[in-house]
Amino acid sequence: MLLTTERLAIARGGLRILEGLSLAVAPGQALVLRGPNGIGKTTLLRTLAGLQPPALGAVTLPPEGAAYAGHADGLKATLTVTENLRFWAAVYGQTDIGAAIAAMNLAGLTDRPAQNLSAGQKRRLGLARLLVTGRRLWLLDEPTVSLDAASVALFAEAVRTHLAAGGAALMATHIDLGLAEAEVLDLAPYRPGTPAAGQGDDPFGEAFA
Amino acid sequence: MLALLLRDIRLATRAGGGFGLSLAFFLIVTVLVPFGVGPEGGTLARIAPGILWVGALLSCLLSLDRIFALDREDGSLDLLATAPIPLEGVVAVKALAHWLTTGLPLTLAAPVLGVLLNLPQTGFTWLTFSLFLGTPALSMIGAFGAALTVGLKRGGLLLSLLVLPLYIPTLIFGAEAAKRGAEGLASGTPLLMLAGITAGSIAILPFAAAAAIRVNLR
Repeated sequence: MLLTTERLAIARGGLRILEGLSLAVAPGQALVLRGPNGIGKTTLLRTLAGLQPPALGAVTLPPEGAAYAGHADGLKATLTVTENLRFWAAVYGQTDIGAAIAAMNLAGLTDRPAQNLSAGQKRRLGLARLLVTGRRLWLLDEPTVSLDAASVALFAEAVRTHLAAGGAALMATHIDLGLAEAEVLDLAPYRPGTPAAGQGDDPFGEAFA
Repeated sequence: MLALLLRDIRLATRAGGGFGLSLAFFLIVTVLVPFGVGPEGGTLARIAPGILWVGALLSCLLSLDRIFALDREDGSLDLLATAPIPLEGVVAVKALAHWLTTGLPLTLAAPVLGVLLNLPQTGFTWLTFSLFLGTPALSMIGAFGAALTVGLKRGGLLLSLLVLPLYIPTLIFGAEAAKRGAEGLASGTPLLMLAGITAGSIAILPFAAAAAIRVNLR
């Protein structure tokens, strides 16, 4: 298993937003998170990435298992495409960025500073960053925002290659990627029954904790 | 880690990176002082070490909020926090990059500006040496302040208010070492204290700053 969670509860701003979430992601599996805005897709992904602690329950990941890609691409405006990618590759101890550039169709843009890229091109560069991490589990938050149809297909192809190589992906997205093998997880049933349920009695408790 | 250091230095020296801003500010502050206190050589010579230290400290403050705020804005900080580099290492490397692009140039520029302030000849070595020992502490303490305020929009002013009091010990011992050196007295003790502050902040603050970033990223 590349990721297991056990009766996970997550909170945002002190408010429990998802409860009792147990899931397992195996190599070769793609899981798409669905749910209305504000249900906690981003918070769930950030919790799984280790950026915030779970309110309850446990997340089990192999060490150095996951690569996270959030709403922001983490690009430096004054660095070129190659410099941006080379930096992230070096951070993850990788050297080859050619495959990522080819996979995301960035070959014609390598010497351009990131500030001169269009929104979709920036997103493609942000996704190319995932390919140079060498991590097996991808945690993707709205990966297809501002991508055109051709780029979405390109991205779906990259995900497919990643899955075939024994990787896995967990993504929050509203559009259909055309990934036949992707399973869909609707988060709505995991919403706490009443907003105040299980919150503890003292609303100021956290402030004095 | 080396990649991060090189990236930060490269970013600082590219357009809009703020390299040179601190230096120019330092130059202007030192040039303004004689206009304020009068051109009398004796007065200037007496206050020169202190003015140069205060000037270096304020110039250092200018670029502090860039250490983490820019990375936070474009999402890099989230990605660095999930990267295989420990966050403590990220803080230390970023503080080092800040020192290399701010503290070190200020140290090298200080003797030149000392001429403008009629710094006595014996003082140059000590001034440079005290800045060399003390500016790493300024960068490290500043990185800690930047980590505390990284979650705030427009946190620059609060950052200055937080960091300036923490700079006081460094300023006292740094300026004292430079002053004693300029007067031809033994300045070993303040220099040792200064080195101690620098070593202590490098040893402790990366951990404190990393903890602050973790809380701010939640």
